[in-house]
Amino acid sequence: MASLKQRVLDWLDLRLGLIRPLTDAATHPTPVNSASWLYVFGSAATVLLILQVVTGILLALVYSPSANEAWASLGLLNHTIPLGWYLRALHGWGSDFMIAIVLLHMVQVFLFGAYKFPRELTWIVGVGLLLLTLAMAFTGQVMRFDQDSYWGLGIGASIISRVPFIGAPLVHLLLGGPILGGATLSRFFTLHVFVIPGLLLAAVAVHIWMVLLHGVSDWPMPGRIVRRTTYQQQYHELTASTGIPFVPDAAWKDAVFAAAIILAVMACAFFFGPIGPSGVPDPTIIQTAPKPDFAFLWIYAVLAFLPTSLETPVMMIAPVLIIAALLLLPIFAGEGERHWSRRPVAVLLISVIAVTLGIFTHLGTYTPWSPIMDAWTSAPIPPSLLLNRTPLERQGALVLQDKQCRNCHSIAGAGGQRGPALDAIASRMTEDQIIRQVLQGGGNMPAYGNALNPSETKALMRFLMTLRGNNLAPAIDASTHLTHPTSSPPKP
Amino acid sequence: MSEDQINPAPPVHSDPAAHSRRVFLFKLSLALNAAVGAVLAVPLVSYLLGPALKKSSSIGAWIPLGPLTDFPIGETRLASFRSPVASFNDGDTANTACWVRRIADQEFQVFAINCAHLGCPVRWFAQSKLFLCPCHGGAYYEDGSRASGPPERGLFEYRYQIANNALLIHAGDMPTLATQASCKPKPLIQIHPATPQSAESTSPRSSQWPA
Ligand code: FES
Repeated sequence: MASLKQRVLDWLDLRLGLIRPLTDAATHPTPVNSASWLYVFGSAATVLLILQVVTGILLALVYSPSANEAWASLGLLNHTIPLGWYLRALHGWGSDFMIAIVLLHMVQVFLFGAYKFPRELTWIVGVGLLLLTLAMAFTGQVMRFDQDSYWGLGIGASIISRVPFIGAPLVHLLLGGPILGGATLSRFFTLHVFVIPGLLLAAVAVHIWMVLLHGVSDWPMPGRIVRRTTYQQQYHELTASTGIPFVPDAAWKDAVFAAAIILAVMACAFFFGPIGPSGVPDPTIIQTAPKPDFAFLWIYAVLAFLPTSLETPVMMIAPVLIIAALLLLPIFAGEGERHWSRRPVAVLLISVIAVTLGIFTHLGTYTPWSPIMDAWTSAPIPPSLLLNRTPLERQGALVLQDKQCRNCHSIAGAGGQRGPALDAIASRMTEDQIIRQVLQGGGNMPAYGNALNPSETKALMRFLMTLRGNNLAPAIDASTHLTHPTSSPPKP
Repeated sequence: MSEDQINPAPPVHSDPAAHSRRVFLFKLSLALNAAVGAVLAVPLVSYLLGPALKKSSSIGAWIPLGPLTDFPIGETRLASFRSPVASFNDGDTANTACWVRRIADQEFQVFAINCAHLGCPVRWFAQSKLFLCPCHGGAYYEDGSRASGPPERGLFEYRYQIANNALLIHAGDMPTLATQASCKPKPLIQIHPATPQSAESTSPRSSQWPA
């Protein structure tokens, strides 16, 4: 009885007044060329947000936002509460997927020039949504109140403490007190559960409202220039001639993609399980190498590579510049070509940013700049390097292990990567150069003058001089030959 | 009120005097709300900013680390204490660690565990006489001065005193570049890369910072 449904809808609409506007919005005409598989990321991000809200509420039923109990309540969720592990996994993986989809959405909008007139404000609100999403990810990492979360917050406090003049009050504001503890967790819980989600939902509503108002942007064509004076008329002619109703003609692709993404989240959650928690957040346990979550690994890498003198300025200024550039983009590039083939700078920019973020994130996964704290007792010296060596040379190998050189230097691929590998060191540096480097330090190497006595130094040198890779020629000091014409360079 | 049949506007709109009076009243009510809002906001904002308004030099207390016999002369040992500013809900996070270096009978250096770069926990390696940081590879010499890596200064130091054969330190704020008031006053920037002189002479590095 079709008329019954209609009668109910009419009854509701008369009282609610929302049925007709919502139907009109859902069925608004959209250019047929924008019903594409590349136009599905925004709706998928919205669906993921709903998943995060629902799983977040369910987790909050058990989670205890107190520094006394947070870590234990995660254990309860993981091990005792039925399906608690799965809810944590869904929420954790959902957050990773959400960041990825939001970024994809942004790249697509950028490459398609969809931020241009009249959709500038839609982009600006979208930048806000990206920042809010990242803020959710960071505060969410704090909710997982473990060692990584503790030291990650410590890093955050240390960065904030570098703000000139008001560093100390800012640190106290961030931590909620003089130390990182219960008050800190409470305020991040408040941000993660009340403040940021509220802003996020409101901004999503505004964002979607503007999408409906201006319509889905048409597929860009080379040579079809966006002008403030003509664009809206052209767009209306386009939708009038080629428009199809968004629901259902275009939206089925959105729905299929959203379902696929949710399935992927479920699969990751089921097969890989929840993320963490790592050890208890007890700062007296110092046997830890804290690491941020995936989305922030690139920042971790950048902080390791910045020269000391540049670090504070870069930390203070770079975020401001990046956010300002994102916000101002549509203001300064609101007109013109939309097609990527006519915007080489845009394509280059995206490529460079993607490669840079990719490389830094990759570096962040294995942190070559960090010493490996137990390499000196765990990384072996291959027997071939000790074969047919004199007692003094073997003693040198012991000194090398005992003085923790392996924490930063690898041999045969084992050991830290902070300093250069030592496999062929004697073919690159002369004995004098090595001695000077070891005893006096330089570059990233501390001076070992106080930690080595002369006999240890002697033994260490004898061993290092045997390290010539695949029997390469030993390094020679060209200047020796010039200043002492009589002495010939040492024979290999 | 001019009742005009040609222009049957609603009577409420047709009296300009009454309209302007209502507009005025509305503006007045906005001003009233702004005033009430401001009075309401002052305590709310000061509640919110409460933690930031405390002077960091006023935070903290003296706290014992243990008898002097726990710290052999010439060695650097890990000590831990419960933060004197801990609150009831701080749990494990209020446990704090520090490195205690006993130089002579009555002479100590007590280093914060937090790297002067971005606060990660540094570890002491007695054989190479270095503190190493696991995060970005910062290194410090045994007297806490910067050896290499991203840190721009040496390790933070706590003030200490010796009373009744026990070692006490003054602890409060979590040490960062800005909140080191409970630690030693030290120059903020102290960049000196490992230079030849640091190997030849030990004196420049073993300068002490007694309380
Ligand atoms: S936190 Fe220690 S080197 Fe960065």
